[in-house]
Amino acid sequence: MIAIVDYGACNLNSVKKAFDYLGAKVVVTDQPAALGAADKIVVPGVGHFSALQALDRAGLREPLLQGASGGKPFLGICLGMQWLFEGSEEEIGMAGAGIFSGTCRRFPATVKSPHVGWNSLAVQENTKLLRGIPQESHVYYTHSFHAPVIPAATATSEYGLQFAAAVERDNVFGVQFHPEKSGEIGLSILKNFCEV
Amino acid sequence: MLTKRIIACLDMDGGRVVKGVRFKNLRDAGDPAECAMAHARNGADEIVLLDITATSGNRRTMLDAVRATARSLFVPFTVGGGIRQLEDAAAVFDAGADKIAINSAAVSDPALIGRIAGRFGSQAVVVAIDARKDARKVDGSFEVFVAGGRVSTGRDAIEWARQAADCGAGEILLTSMDRDGTQSGFDCRLVREVAEAVSIPVIASGGAGSARHFIDVFQDGRADAALAASIFHFGIENIAELKRELRDAGVPVRWAC
Repeated sequence: MIAIVDYGACNLNSVKKAFDYLGAKVVVTDQPAALGAADKIVVPGVGHFSALQALDRAGLREPLLQGASGGKPFLGICLGMQWLFEGSEEEIGMAGAGIFSGTCRRFPATVKSPHVGWNSLAVQENTKLLRGIPQESHVYYTHSFHAPVIPAATATSEYGLQFAAAVERDNVFGVQFHPEKSGEIGLSILKNFCEV
Repeated sequence: MLTKRIIACLDMDGGRVVKGVRFKNLRDAGDPAECAMAHARNGADEIVLLDITATSGNRRTMLDAVRATARSLFVPFTVGGGIRQLEDAAAVFDAGADKIAINSAAVSDPALIGRIAGRFGSQAVVVAIDARKDARKVDGSFEVFVAGGRVSTGRDAIEWARQAADCGAGEILLTSMDRDGTQSGFDCRLVREVAEAVSIPVIASGGAGSARHFIDVFQDGRADAALAASIFHFGIENIAELKRELRDAGVPVRWAC
């Protein structure tokens, strides 16, 4: 069972629909106990970094961190990936999970913001989540802040600068793009997550 | 590299995709879910479903069509037509849309943009603007029209686009009424003026007739995306072929086929 975390901040339909399509068993939940019972955890999200405060209000931070540190496959999507970092310029003073080091920053003024549309991936070797994904595959983005290219970055995209498209360490994965909106490529990535 | 998006628009009436010239002589062009899937398979980067009649009796039928289309569509999916308040938008999101497009309701109540964006995020709010050259002005400015292009507002299109962006719109869907249905090319000047005035993406619409028109609106019009309906439905332009021509002209596109 995959638990999709509903912290009231965004529309989760498309993420659930994609897992349904792949035949995965999913539950959409805001209950800490349901996270403990799940085999895998997905934190979706889109919008402002401060929306993640709802995770704290709902008492979900600790169960999420426990799940991640306890070896449960954990996928953060878009804002959910940014939450895995230490914080974001978008909401200074609000702590992320700190599983990956670094802070999410605004795009440089040389490009239009938000970054919306299909951009290509430069994929690293030895990634579980992006296994079988060809170089230069296009994925769908919509965001104004980006995560830094750290050693755990398994893919990067370019928009005014290089940023982390995906991160991965052991059982914890994050993607800045929306796999649920990225056609066949996106479905392959979610399928990889189901099979981790 | 960020690519230029090709968006297929499906005009809907009574749960079916229809196609006419300027809303007249409507003819049936098929089932929305099937049409959307076919376009996506063919390389469309995004699908827009537009309820062109948007009568209250049609709402339930429209929501059923949105639900059926969303079920197996895994590219961004926008729904427009008849969304007048937050609750209408919520029902469309609940049926599976990723973004909503609002037009007349945003002009009469710009705060609606912020209300929808506040709940569903700016990325989910597309403000559609129908504009045409203002014949009363010599400076070549463009005026905003609402109610399916029937009602003049006296508002300047560039100013309105700016305000919509400030209110929290995530994208602008800009239709040239002068070019709509003519297949004579996008209005590149209109698109460029709006694209330079706002930092959010601008989707050009109205006038698509050939691959050359798409190349022009991306290179000269600085559009982030371009939308077309009729030329894709009846196979005048095949999206996969269009993308090859765009790529050969140096326009970055997602290579879906």
